[in-house]
Amino acid sequence: MSIKTAAVTGNEAASYALRQINPDVVAAYPITPQTELVQSFSEYVADGLVDTELITVESEHSAMSACVGAAAAGGRVMTATSANGLALMFEILFIAASNKLPIVMPVVNRALSGPINIHCDHGDTMAARDAGWIQIYSENAQEVYDNLIQAIRIAENMKVRLPVMVMFDGFIISHGIERVDYLDDATVRNFIGTYQPNHPLLDIDKPLTFGPLDLYDYYFEHKRQQAEDIKNSKPIILDVAREFKEISAREYGLFESYHLDDAETAIVVLSSAAGTAKAVVDELRDRGRKVGLLKPRVFRPFPYIEIAQALSHLKAIAILDRSVSFGSFGGPLFTEIRSAMVEFKKIPENFNIIFGLGGRDINEQDITGIYNQLDEVVKSGKVKERVQYLGVRD
Amino acid sequence: MNAIKKKGWKEIPKGGLILEAGNSEQYETGSWRSQRPVWDEQKCTHCMICWVYCPDSSIIVEEGRVKGIDYKHCKGCGICAAECPTKAIAMKDENEFREKEGV
Ligand code: SF4
Ligand code: SF4
Repeated sequence: MSIKTAAVTGNEAASYALRQINPDVVAAYPITPQTELVQSFSEYVADGLVDTELITVESEHSAMSACVGAAAAGGRVMTATSANGLALMFEILFIAASNKLPIVMPVVNRALSGPINIHCDHGDTMAARDAGWIQIYSENAQEVYDNLIQAIRIAENMKVRLPVMVMFDGFIISHGIERVDYLDDATVRNFIGTYQPNHPLLDIDKPLTFGPLDLYDYYFEHKRQQAEDIKNSKPIILDVAREFKEISAREYGLFESYHLDDAETAIVVLSSAAGTAKAVVDELRDRGRKVGLLKPRVFRPFPYIEIAQALSHLKAIAILDRSVSFGSFGGPLFTEIRSAMVEFKKIPENFNIIFGLGGRDINEQDITGIYNQLDEVVKSGKVKERVQYLGVRD
Repeated sequence: MNAIKKKGWKEIPKGGLILEAGNSEQYETGSWRSQRPVWDEQKCTHCMICWVYCPDSSIIVEEGRVKGIDYKHCKGCGICAAECPTKAIAMKDENEFREKEGV
């Protein structure tokens, strides 16, 4: 096993993973900030470094439709998108999941219009959280690469057979250059193995029907199956992570805890902002403050009991959402975690911070301010404002 | 209508797949019918127009002659009655028969 260290963008790390995975079919349409990912993959195709049939379709609706067809035919299939592109795929996302097609798709998180904005927030994939896909959020380019390779194994596991989205932050990660350690091609190919399709349409000796009309007498049973399969993917995600550690020496779980065990207060946040928060935790820890961090990795299936358990000993927590769920109690992460905490007798004081919409920066001072606010909550036993909007001008 | 026993979510193939080809005959769409086509042998000239038009292959034909209607699959769309040149098919309220047949 040899390791190659590179300085690359998140998009390049993703396309490098795609090259090593060598999917049978990639059907994609360009959209900022995903464009560079598929563009760089198309160079691998042009250079003959992969066997992939790259279908340059006319829209994302067609991209996901072509993926559904190719996956139903029995191929290992991938695509990539962002924001409005994901929105245009919306109808077909549900079809991919309900037909149990293990498509793997990096999604570069970007704000949904309008007004039109090309920068990062999680509104796009949060809107797609109930489509039936497994959703994995990545903090940095290394995680993008590692999660994509693991996603193939998770999606294709016989007990799961569901599509997987691997998210990373638009521009912040997709265009920022970072150090990434690549595994060698043989190690990756050996890890993902050969894809065994379940019921390939192209198996002409076993004719079958894909996507038939399914009315009130069986549709509900099929949804019940989907609910079970995505729930059962949790232990598989952990198994795959354990195996991945053996080839990479990098550790993954359903979420990551950072100085959480002896912490009194903590922030919960997804993706790249967790990297910034870790630096703040280090700094505050140096000054003797008992602060910690929890970064969810898997958002669907949501590890609700595991996360609520990991937070249950804290005095106060701030849950940060990089998306807004209009008219709801709070952001998607907040409502999930707050309702999961009801399973435990002692519930930490908690509040929700909506931040970073449309690429608005969150910096170390902002995060220090949140830890300071958590200390005040612990002291006073009172939460001033349950749902707050960080850095919005009045 | 003796419909096939419906299976539970743990028994059926996943993903809505139908693994055996050509099984639509097992799906008794006759239960959807609110109007029933009633065929009058006396008026029928066996022209086969109803057979051609029926979208559910529910006109029973033997040796080139109409023998009746397959009520297990006829959805009661009324196309046969509308197309029959001799008005040999009449559409009747399904309830009249259900009461009589006790279904
Ligand atoms: S269309 Fe009318 S006349 Fe012709 S075969 Fe059918 S029932 Fe008989
Ligand atoms: S009513 Fe419709 S389905 Fe029934 S026999 Fe006539 S044409 Fe066929």
